[in-house]
Amino acid sequence: MARDLEEYLRPEIRSTPFCPGCGHGILMNLILRAIDELQLSMDEMLFVSGIGCAAWIPSPHFNADTLHTLHGRAIAFATGAKMFNPKLKTLVISGDGDLVSIGGNHLIHAARRNIDLTVICANNMIYGMTGGQVASTSPLDALTSTTMEGNVYRPFDLCKLVLGAGAPYVARYSVTQPLSLVKAIEKSLSIKGFTFIEVLSPCPTQFGRRNRYDSPVDMVKMLIESCISREEAEQLTAEELKDKIITGEFSDGEP
Amino acid sequence: MKSEEIDSALSAGTYYFSGNEAVAEGAIAAGCRYYAGYPITPSSEIMERISLRFKDVDSVFMQMEDEIASICSVIGAVWAGAKAMTATSGPGFSLMQEGIGYAAFTETPLVIVSIQRAGPGTGQATRVGSGDLMQAKWGSHGDYQIIALSPWSVQEMYDQTIEAFNLAEQYRVPVFLMAEEAVGHLRERVDVGARVEVFNRIKKPGAPPFGTDQADGIPPMPAFGEGEKLLVTGSTHNEVGIRKTDDPGVHSRLVSRINNKILNNRKTIIQSESYGLDDAEVVVVSYGFTARSALFAMDQLRGEGKKVGLLRLKTIWPFADGIIQQIGATAKKIFVPEMNRGQIAGEIVKYATCGVIPYNQTDGEIIHPHQIMKEVRSLL
Repeated sequence: MARDLEEYLRPEIRSTPFCPGCGHGILMNLILRAIDELQLSMDEMLFVSGIGCAAWIPSPHFNADTLHTLHGRAIAFATGAKMFNPKLKTLVISGDGDLVSIGGNHLIHAARRNIDLTVICANNMIYGMTGGQVASTSPLDALTSTTMEGNVYRPFDLCKLVLGAGAPYVARYSVTQPLSLVKAIEKSLSIKGFTFIEVLSPCPTQFGRRNRYDSPVDMVKMLIESCISREEAEQLTAEELKDKIITGEFSDGEP
Repeated sequence: MKSEEIDSALSAGTYYFSGNEAVAEGAIAAGCRYYAGYPITPSSEIMERISLRFKDVDSVFMQMEDEIASICSVIGAVWAGAKAMTATSGPGFSLMQEGIGYAAFTETPLVIVSIQRAGPGTGQATRVGSGDLMQAKWGSHGDYQIIALSPWSVQEMYDQTIEAFNLAEQYRVPVFLMAEEAVGHLRERVDVGARVEVFNRIKKPGAPPFGTDQADGIPPMPAFGEGEKLLVTGSTHNEVGIRKTDDPGVHSRLVSRINNKILNNRKTIIQSESYGLDDAEVVVVSYGFTARSALFAMDQLRGEGKKVGLLRLKTIWPFADGIIQQIGATAKKIFVPEMNRGQIAGEIVKYATCGVIPYNQTDGEIIHPHQIMKEVRSLL
């Protein structure tokens, strides 16, 4: 963590809980950088998370009100807090398994209701904390502890899902695109309404080592090579797009 | 005690309400400012009335996507500073159980109204039952204690809803109003007073929100947005809320305290009504709607010169162990009519020093006075 952001962390926290090579530490940094850029007061912010590695990004690290909830239910908890006290600037930060698999119903309903929440989904394409089981975001053929011969089901396109549910701001970036990601977080925090950012975050421990990414660096390189902008994607054929991840804003919050 | 008397939400007078309508009015009177729920028979009228009435009292109503979201959003609203409630029935109550355990462990005060129908499964959605009392106590995993009340009239639906909020705030615990369908859909007169006694949660800025010096103490409770930088987690936590999931001492102290804060105060919490216990040879122990039949039956039997008494449990959990022990000293038999397979009779057996005779009916119908009279006559 950059020294200039230390004021946003609880003084008693001295280390991160994340594995070497995990992208969540970068994401933690980028969220705080966006808050710093916007000069938001941590006293007015509420961070809500579910269960899983990404749920530990805010709790207990962020020096603000934090609500570490049940698996899948972060958005439901956040809905109650925000609806009762609209002054709370409320961010939900959790993982793909939490927000989309077990909690997918709350995600689409909060988007439909356009609740004034910013939801940051750290997508590592696997269940990290429980030992690397297949997720609803794992790519086809991915090797996981419950798909030893490859994942046979298609993954969700999270942005399409949330867009389809009516969210006014939807974006996808990788932690390997830090500047764009900070801008997206800043924008999402400035928009009144339901905003959603999918953040691709490498999990070398559970995903990488099962899928021939021999070191954390290899996973980062894969993300750098796979992530392309929407403009770049328009120039490619369907075949060329097969292993690419399209990043950018899919809805820019304008009415 | 942070008790205060406030003006009643309704003007003082006599009203004609269904039990479910009285619950909604009781909640508003108690200061409920957030309600989330999902439609389910036979409790939906509570949500319908709340949705209408909350507009008058500047409160937030949310119809959520399911009962899981309902209980979770209620917990979120409570930590944002609200007094909050949800209401449901059988299957919805089952769905809420994980959230209830979270609320118990994070010491989140809230009220859950369960209008019991005939289960298990989808069961008989429109019929009466009393089969969810053990679920109220044991429904979520792990060791915790809650408070559960059992109203027998529409008046008590109003009064006990207010009491449920006060107990929740006082003990920082989920409180259940375990009514039956027959009380929820009963229509009776309700007297509403001009003033209502309410308990507001204790705040002590800077004090730890999850621990006290006493092993059975109730910590003060701040809200989000008050600058306390609260750490709320359903994982094992120390007194300030930091996760301590591998510390046996922290876990043991926390689990013991959330149990003992209820159990050690049970004499203050538990309420019951006694009729003719002094010379009774047979005591009917009853609660909820069935106690109406039991009281009628007892009066009839007394008219026949039979020495019959009635103990009506207004509080189901924590259980009225003391008074059950006392009954055993004088009575010969305890008769327990229930619209379940003996959930409370089993509890009475734990403490009674005389014979306990359960009478169980699970056909979706109420237990009538003549049934109780016939059974009790055969015991004398």
